[in-house]
This record gives sequence, C-alpha cells and structure tokens, in this order.
Amino acid sequence: MNKATIVVHSGDLDKVYSALIIGNGALAMGMDVSLYFTFWGLMRLKKGELETGSLSRMNFLGLGRWMVKRKMRQANVRTLEGLMQDFIDLGGKVFACDMTMEIMGIRKEDLRQDLISEYCAVGTYVKEARESEITLFI
Amino acid sequence: MTTIKVDCVGETCPVPLVETRKAIRKASSGDIIEVTGTHPASKKEIPMAVEAQGHEVLEIKEEGDTWKIVIKIR
Repeated sequence: MNKATIVVHSGDLDKVYSALIIGNGALAMGMDVSLYFTFWGLMRLKKGELETGSLSRMNFLGLGRWMVKRKMRQANVRTLEGLMQDFIDLGGKVFACDMTMEIMGIRKEDLRQDLISEYCAVGTYVKEARESEITLFI
Repeated sequence: MTTIKVDCVGETCPVPLVETRKAIRKASSGDIIEVTGTHPASKKEIPMAVEAQGHEVLEIKEEGDTWKIVIKIR
C-alpha cells in the first residue's frame, strides 16, 4: 500500500502549512493520504479558523505572523484554504479526533464538516499508520 | 486523445505538482498533458511524480526561466 498518514497535532500556521504541503505533495506523487487533526490542530478545522493559527516561533504577538503572511502573498504561495481544497480535490482524507472534540467541547456543527471524511479515535490512526510508508507527527 | 494544457507560470510549491496531478486524474489513456511553469524544483519533481504513477515524460523544454513538460498518459 502506497500511503502517507500525517497527524496534525499543532494548530500553528507554519506547521499546518507543512502538513498540507506534504499531504498535497504525496497525493501528487500518486499516494493515498490521510490527515489526522487532533488537539491544537483540530482547532484549525473549526469554522473560519483554518488561517488563524499563530507562528510556532517569532510570532511577536502576531507581527511575525503578519510579516510571514505578507511574504507568502508576495511569493504567490497558495492559502491554507486553497491547499485544503486541493487536498480534498485530489482525494485526500481528513479525520477529526473525537476525543479532542469531547475534551475541548467542540461539536460537529462547530467544525468544517465539508472537509472532514470521518470522526475517529486512535485505533483508526494506528490501523492506517501501520499500512503507510510515510507517517509524520506535526 | 486530447491535449490538456496546465499553466503554472508564477506558481510556487506545491501548486505545479498539485495541478499536474489534477490533470492526470482527469486524463484518459493516450492523452497528452503539457505543463508550463517557472518554479525550478518542480521541473525536476513533476517528472518524478509522473514516472511514479507509471506515465511517460515525452519532453522537457526550457526557454529562459520557463519550462514545459510534456506527459503521455499510459
């Protein structure tokens, strides 16, 4: 099986970028890809919050984030929304961790249900990860 | 048999790869895909992706900063 399975634990802007760029790259190489959003990563699947993460370093109360976003626009880097749409269009799967939903008090209605293919727990991740050639924790 | 043109001029990582993959998914056997772009790494990586999926790279042309990759769908 030619598969990549990525845990998106961080909700930081730069790390969500890494996850979606690697995910799209693997899809483009012809692999199957699953993204597991958990903890702070799952926050980015709340309605209207995909692009709202701060930088993992040098955020400087949002100034660093603003500068990076501006540089990205100048370099014509696709937005997270665009990359997420590409990911879905290419057949990538998005999983939401239901334990995070419970402890953070997130309901399905709070989440981007248009993106999520399944609500799951650790068993689904392990099952997929063991048959994957690439697994990452971001 | 049709020729599909994919314009990725000015686009950066991972867009040329992603748009190429979108075109491959839509194409049928025998179709030709022509991808043009300027992102340097994609010139190397698109042929890698094409071959990983069992398709054929017919040609890689370069004119200044712009490259064109011609793909045949198996």
